[in-house]
Amino acid sequence: MSEVKFSKEHEWIALEGDVATIGITKHATEMLGDIVFAELPEKGSNVEKDGTAGVVESTKAASDVYTPVSGEVVDTNQSIVDDPAKINEDPEGGAWFFKLKIKDTSELDTLMNKEEYDKFAKETSS
Amino acid sequence: MEIKKTSLNKLHQSNNAKFVEFAGYEMPIQYSKGIIEEHKFTRSNSGIFDVSHMGQLFIYGDESLTEELEKIFPLDLKNLKQNCSKYSFLMNEEAGIYDDLIITKIEEGYLIILNAACKDKDFEILSNLLGSKFKMNLDNNRSLIAIQGPKSVEILNSIINGVDQLSFMTGNWFDSDNQKLFVTRSGYTGEDGFEISISNDKAEKFVENLIEKGAQLIGLGARDTLRLEAGLCLYGHELDINKTPVEANLRWAISKSRLSNGGFIGSKKIMNQIQDGASKIRVGIKPQGRLIAREKTKIFDDTDKQIGEITSGTFGPSVNGPIAMGYVDKEFSKVDTKILLEVRGKKHPANVCALPFYKKNYVKGVN
Repeated sequence: MSEVKFSKEHEWIALEGDVATIGITKHATEMLGDIVFAELPEKGSNVEKDGTAGVVESTKAASDVYTPVSGEVVDTNQSIVDDPAKINEDPEGGAWFFKLKIKDTSELDTLMNKEEYDKFAKETSS
Repeated sequence: MEIKKTSLNKLHQSNNAKFVEFAGYEMPIQYSKGIIEEHKFTRSNSGIFDVSHMGQLFIYGDESLTEELEKIFPLDLKNLKQNCSKYSFLMNEEAGIYDDLIITKIEEGYLIILNAACKDKDFEILSNLLGSKFKMNLDNNRSLIAIQGPKSVEILNSIINGVDQLSFMTGNWFDSDNQKLFVTRSGYTGEDGFEISISNDKAEKFVENLIEKGAQLIGLGARDTLRLEAGLCLYGHELDINKTPVEANLRWAISKSRLSNGGFIGSKKIMNQIQDGASKIRVGIKPQGRLIAREKTKIFDDTDKQIGEITSGTFGPSVNGPIAMGYVDKEFSKVDTKILLEVRGKKHPANVCALPFYKKNYVKGVN
């Protein structure tokens, strides 16, 4: 698997071939608190870079989930819909949100690497 | 305006609280364990809530005070025994609610617990209504600590001996650590518990003592999920100046003896609404599936007509599903009525349901 990249909206994306797996970061889950609801995009639908591609709700509030790149949704993780608490437990692993067949790999260039994201997350949360 | 802090602010900080501004105060929304854990701990053990931002209004006077207060509140205060508490409202002539409150008859007069966001205005309204005949003190020198949950009685009684003898909605003065505390058996979580009025300089040590005995600090986030599961109203959400106690389905809080003769502010409107029925009413709502319908979510019938609005909605950790309260037109208020909730542009099915969502564990009488 190639390097994991991160968006300013606190999504992570891991590319394997032309399929990207996308989820929300641990930092995002810490800001949200206990997650109690998740909504995913439809399989087969097309999503646009920076467009909404899902929703998560904590006990406190609802937040949109954005896709950091454009593409076709080829798979979604129903286990987080059935048990949203998994997102708090393993956000950057088993609790991925959806997989995209990506349209344009150059869209990845605008994203941050881990070090850049950690710095960004630290600065924006204080 | 500078944000206000309660006497427990440092203690919240050292317990890793996440803070929010609430009614002008810096208050803990949660601690490191998070809302769901805090909620469950309160239901199974004992949770400590800093509610010092709420107003503690002491009004001193004799029988003439009781008479004057009966012109304001829909309560039979003449027959209220000393140290007994009642839930009530401060209303305008149209029975719109300025605030909901707990009033306790004490030896010297009355103690009224007011919502933080309303307390200054309440004080002004009550001062105008009562004139200068009675001494009134909105006491900023006292903190208010709630301890809630099944283990609370044992924990609190080990510090203040005798509180286990209080029944629900009664209180008394107790001596502890060389000072007088006013303790009531009450709360707003659907659990057995107490509220303790204590001077600011003793509050931190007192709470540290409770923590030592096994209770844990709980934030406003869990306070909200707990009260919503218990079907209890929150001012600014279920209650405001445009809603009456009859519409809020709180008719039980109006003393029966006061309904025949009226004579309190808003009584005409209330008697009319009881006779003719209110056009909208507060109900419990259970969305199907896991969908959460938050405040301001519009409610529809199956013909696309809007029939109401959600006033509070969240995930209920103890019922393990989404819960909500809201107002619907009277004809849709029966339990099991099917309604639709519009969330993010889509309509989702839900049912009107009985309150509370979670069964209360109050201690009605001791022995």
